[in-house]
Amino acid sequence: MSNETIDLKTRLITDFHAREAVMNGEASSEFHQKKRAGLALFEQLGFPSIKHEEWKYSNVRDLISVSYDFNAESSIGLAELEDLKVPKQEANILYFVNGRYNEQLSAIISPVDQITISSLADAYKNDPAKVASFFNELTKDANDAFTALNTAFAQDGVFIHIPDNQSVEHPIILRFVSDAREKNVGSQPRNIISVGKNAHVKLAEAFRTLGDQRSFTNAVTEIQVAEEANVQYYKVQNESENAYHIGTTQVRMLDRSHFYAGTVTLNGKFTRNNLNIVLDGEHCDAHMYGLYFPDGTQHVDNHTVADHQKPNSESNELYKGILRDKSKGVFNGKIFVRPDAQKTNAFQSCKNIVLSPDATMNTKPQLEIFADDVKCSHGTTTGQIDEEALFYMRSRGISQSEAMSLLMFAFCADVVQQIKIDSVREYLENVITKKLASK
Amino acid sequence: MLSINDLRASIEGKEILKGINLEVKPGEVHAIMGPNGSGKSTLASVLAGREEYEVTGGNVVFDGKDILEMAPEERAAEGIFLAFQYPVEIPGVTTINFLKTAVNEIRKYKGESPLDAAQFLKMVREKAKLVSMNDSLLKRALNEGFSGGEKKRNEVFQMAVLEPKLAILDETDSGLDIDALRIVAEGVNSLRSPERSTIVVTHYQRLLDYIVPDYVHVLYKGRIVKSGPKELALELEEKGYDWIKAEVEAVG
Repeated sequence: MSNETIDLKTRLITDFHAREAVMNGEASSEFHQKKRAGLALFEQLGFPSIKHEEWKYSNVRDLISVSYDFNAESSIGLAELEDLKVPKQEANILYFVNGRYNEQLSAIISPVDQITISSLADAYKNDPAKVASFFNELTKDANDAFTALNTAFAQDGVFIHIPDNQSVEHPIILRFVSDAREKNVGSQPRNIISVGKNAHVKLAEAFRTLGDQRSFTNAVTEIQVAEEANVQYYKVQNESENAYHIGTTQVRMLDRSHFYAGTVTLNGKFTRNNLNIVLDGEHCDAHMYGLYFPDGTQHVDNHTVADHQKPNSESNELYKGILRDKSKGVFNGKIFVRPDAQKTNAFQSCKNIVLSPDATMNTKPQLEIFADDVKCSHGTTTGQIDEEALFYMRSRGISQSEAMSLLMFAFCADVVQQIKIDSVREYLENVITKKLASK
Repeated sequence: MLSINDLRASIEGKEILKGINLEVKPGEVHAIMGPNGSGKSTLASVLAGREEYEVTGGNVVFDGKDILEMAPEERAAEGIFLAFQYPVEIPGVTTINFLKTAVNEIRKYKGESPLDAAQFLKMVREKAKLVSMNDSLLKRALNEGFSGGEKKRNEVFQMAVLEPKLAILDETDSGLDIDALRIVAEGVNSLRSPERSTIVVTHYQRLLDYIVPDYVHVLYKGRIVKSGPKELALELEEKGYDWIKAEVEAVG
């Protein structure tokens, strides 16, 4: 049997056992036992087909039809990264090349009393019990093949800790670069972020690709938000036409904390984002904003969960998309209100503009409410550009293409304005303007 | 300046304009009146280039050019302005940004260089003053949450900024109380000049107390059935439209 005919699942399982065989004593550690459990779950679940309810509109057949090098070395240096830089960005910049944290390329400018950043491996070396207790803690109940796969193969991401009462002045930007210049590469970064009580921080994860070969990113980030903390978390995907991306962000919020998420998918062949927020505290508020612009045959799927477990909290969600050509979009928003979560307020909205008869958008709000004193609402709209607005603008001398750009930019504005890292917002405004003007 | 010859237009296969003839010379104000459903707003829309209407016959020559083949934005750049009966709310686009784009697109059409931010702001402030437009509205999203009066005033303000050769006011009086009507009319009057022509489309005579026309035309069933001096509007106010209808039916 040639290599090409062995399917990706078998190859990954074989690879896991081969690595395990050379691990010496470490194989019995708590950390590795969690990885092994991840593998077992992945083995049991296998890659999902479209018969799986959670994957009904997102077919991964194409994604798993080829092989990827998950251990690819890369010669990327600062010169190649120059092109990926965002102007006027005064921030802690962490680089990840093919999924692994690269300390040499990274620059941390915040003082050590504000943030602790280390690779997962270093953090584990320093305090094995602590890291093992965080690792896969939030995602342990996820019955998801890709999360399990990431747990099994978790690459050396970062462990970020913000101590109690610290207000981190400079944002922390995690920049993931897939080097697909020579071959198909796979990466499975795993990051753990722990935000202390009453700490304030702004974070962004940015995904980019170099080269035209295929890249497959399977990323998992776990974020613990302690009491009264305030976290802004953004995910920006601007990858190649051959980039496949599956990502899970799992968040747990405690009393009186605030969490803001912004997920913007600018480019990529196939994207699936899972944003799962557990409101495990009272008087919390969680905000989720999303924006996507697929064109060509691109596919963007956003699955979100707001899981209200305690009383008196609020979640608020707004996703927007502009779909062109033969692109496909999926939005699935779940709101759970558990029996104890009285006085919950939960709002959800998903609005789309479909510019081509060949583009499709599937939206599915899913509310499961087990408490009786709650306020929940949801709404989705899918439509075309407002013809009356278009004529109004044209009647003032604005060309059709310029009017379309202005209207689409305006459509995105209420999401873009939620991005509170200035350099990231300006970058997005720039890229979005160009993207909207391109057709 | 504007010459409409035997203009016919239909929507969804139904003919609305059945042969309109109208001559407008520079500086003139023409009122188009008529009962509901007579085709007044259709005429305004067809002149501005609204694409739902299909022109099935005739021509419209503006400043020596046949405009019927032109896109709405080209007509605007040539100097035609339509003040909407129902100005559109556009969230996310500020009035000032909208107008800056419009002004510079028109300048581009004419081969002129764009105005820089300072020049543009100076010009806009002067025009706002001219039509009593509150500066604070300029920074808000276009027409979003504006009162009826503010929307109509914004139309006149846009007209002041774009300085058209021909302004078409489509039922500008609808939904306005008498004070708002007066302010809007004063704005329009302040823009009158020997070069600028105006077509006022209205159902009621009251707007014409403030914007006094040179000619009044009555549109009925897609044709101009009567034309006269400004006194015709008063006669219509007094007697209604029935006598016109009767006249038309009698002629058959």
